[in-house]
Amino acid sequence: MTDRPALRRLGLLTPALATIAVLIGVPLALMFWISLLQKGDSGGVDWASAPSLGNYIRLVWEEDFDGTMIVNTSYLIILLRSVLQAAVTTGLCLLFGLPVALWMAGLSRGQREIMLLLITIPFWTNLLVRNYAWLIILREDGWLSQLVNSLSPVGPVQLLYNDLAVAIGLTYSFLPFMILPLYTVFEKFDWRLLEAAHDLGAPRRRALRRVVIPIAMPGIAAGSLLVFIPCLGAFVTPALLGGGKTLMLGNVIQMQFAASRNWPFGAALSVVLLALMLVVMVAMAIWRNRRVK
Amino acid sequence: MTDSSVVSITAVSKSFGRGTAAIRVLEDVSVEIGRREFFTLLGPSGCGKTTLLRLIAGFETADQGRIAIEGQDVTQTPPYHRPVNTVFQSYALFPHLTVEQNVGFALEEQRLPADKIRTRVGEALEMVRMQSFARRRPAELSGGQQQRVALARALAPRPKVLLLDEPLSALDLKLRKEMQIELKLLQAEAGITFLFVTHDQEEALTLSDRVAVMQGGRILQIGAPHDIYEAPTHRFVADFIGDINLIEAEALPGNTLQLAGGATLSVPHDARGKVTLAIRPERARIAAAGAGHLQARVVHTAYLGTALLHKLALADGGTFLLRQSNLDASPLAMGSSVGVSLPAENLRVLVQ
Ligand SMILES: Nc1ncnc2c1ncn2[C@@H]1O[C@H](COP(=O)(O)OP(=O)(O)OP(=O)(O)O)[C@@H](O)[C@H]1O
Ligand SMILES: [Mg+2]
Repeated sequence: MTDRPALRRLGLLTPALATIAVLIGVPLALMFWISLLQKGDSGGVDWASAPSLGNYIRLVWEEDFDGTMIVNTSYLIILLRSVLQAAVTTGLCLLFGLPVALWMAGLSRGQREIMLLLITIPFWTNLLVRNYAWLIILREDGWLSQLVNSLSPVGPVQLLYNDLAVAIGLTYSFLPFMILPLYTVFEKFDWRLLEAAHDLGAPRRRALRRVVIPIAMPGIAAGSLLVFIPCLGAFVTPALLGGGKTLMLGNVIQMQFAASRNWPFGAALSVVLLALMLVVMVAMAIWRNRRVK
Repeated sequence: MTDSSVVSITAVSKSFGRGTAAIRVLEDVSVEIGRREFFTLLGPSGCGKTTLLRLIAGFETADQGRIAIEGQDVTQTPPYHRPVNTVFQSYALFPHLTVEQNVGFALEEQRLPADKIRTRVGEALEMVRMQSFARRRPAELSGGQQQRVALARALAPRPKVLLLDEPLSALDLKLRKEMQIELKLLQAEAGITFLFVTHDQEEALTLSDRVAVMQGGRILQIGAPHDIYEAPTHRFVADFIGDINLIEAEALPGNTLQLAGGATLSVPHDARGKVTLAIRPERARIAAAGAGHLQARVVHTAYLGTALLHKLALADGGTFLLRQSNLDASPLAMGSSVGVSLPAENLRVLVQ
């Protein structure tokens, strides 16, 4: 009799478990399997090839003309660039998102609802269209370029097709993912705690650091994850605004599946990307657990 | 400003809102609070007690007037540079910090060395008997325990003045009585000036060295509990504190007062025209029916343990409260007719 509730719980969970298995488990397993195989003669996958770690080895070493293995840093550099680009974007989103979220929390109810609507409106437009809009703003005859160049003391500045353009585009795309969790925290924030901090001798910045930020930490962590993780795999923005010169991991993966038609190598890159995200999330979870203790 | 006053508030006014929508919340308030005094602001809800406290703490700025602490003008000083600490009504403990971190918060702001902070936190927690809870978080404490931590946190930096905004109002009656005694002992032990806010007159009278009674943004009377109770200067103060009988009368020349019923009293006064006489239920005397200054009938009697509180219907309308000691040999019976005499020395003549 005692296992009846457990049994029933399992029964109720079955649909959810099945959905996860079919939609997430199977594709992941498939991707991992493909990453161990060889590319087919006319692209795609050679399903008959013997599984090996060759695709992962290719990420770091390549065979020289005489058959010796030499280190190839190009993929490692792209990996590092992607992490950096995602980190910078997360930082920028935090920098812009924190004051906005703080300000929004102080508005009246009606104003807050309008702000929430305004923040979600960009999502009604396709990501591609939004990135093209930035393309128009940032290119040489765009208004921002013209404005910057007319003020620039060091002569004409190129705004498009570089890391800066990608950072701008990514920050723009992902800012709402930072603002919304932060806003949720600040909306519930008990501002009397700020007064208590002042009362106990903490000036504005100290109170922010010792009281507001620590209490807002769950929101900051959630927002950072929501920005960092998708940034790491972003490929539309780097492709359009980076002009193909500044590749990120997402672009390389996309190229393997499309232009190069090397699915197994693309799959291996995807697995690496996934592993990277997993590491970030686990690190975050461990750090948060430590804080709570 | 006298030499011994710690807080000195001079002609302070404060309004909220601008232009025609502005509401005057404090009007020309002046108070001097002495060293080691337990001073209480007492008044009904909305009379401006919290606002006055927030002005002293520095969370609000006065429109007019001057606030000085230990002779130092702090009118424009931000809260984090004022030598006062607040015990908030909601406690406002930091939820992400442990009890000891909460208590040490201000000490860390003062950049004290770690070992010194540890001893001071220990002392503060010992004062409120919360040492064994040092590692807990506020969410893991009961209301009374949170209250103690809030007290320890505000006392740890050794402020010149401790501001307490209805710190006991969230506690149940029994705990509240206990905490009242503890507060009083704590104040004596810490030797710190307490500025206490309450709308509970009994609490104010029990705890305070002096009480300021406020109404509508003004301070009506400042005095020791005994003076406030026995010698109210305003009708509002008399009415607000304890049970009291208010009787309309006409002031005639020659130290004579004439009651509405026609009886006259001889009381020294310098009033003219309509006045209000105030007398406590325990200060009026029972007289034989037909004698005394007022004629009445007993309509209700409440048994208070040590005394009887009679509600009397006056012959000319209105009610009168009369307290009769339990030691009295002949308790008044319900429905019986009595006379009430008003001893001149127990009467207060109020103009307002
Ligand atoms: N920030 C504010 N803006 C506008 N009006 C305010 C503000 N703070 C207080 N008031 C008004 O000032 C008046 C006095 O408020 P205050 O909080 O000082 O009263 P109080 O005596 O502490 O009352 P209670 O016993 O209910 O706490 C009230 O009428 C209140 O509505
Ligand atoms: Mg109040």
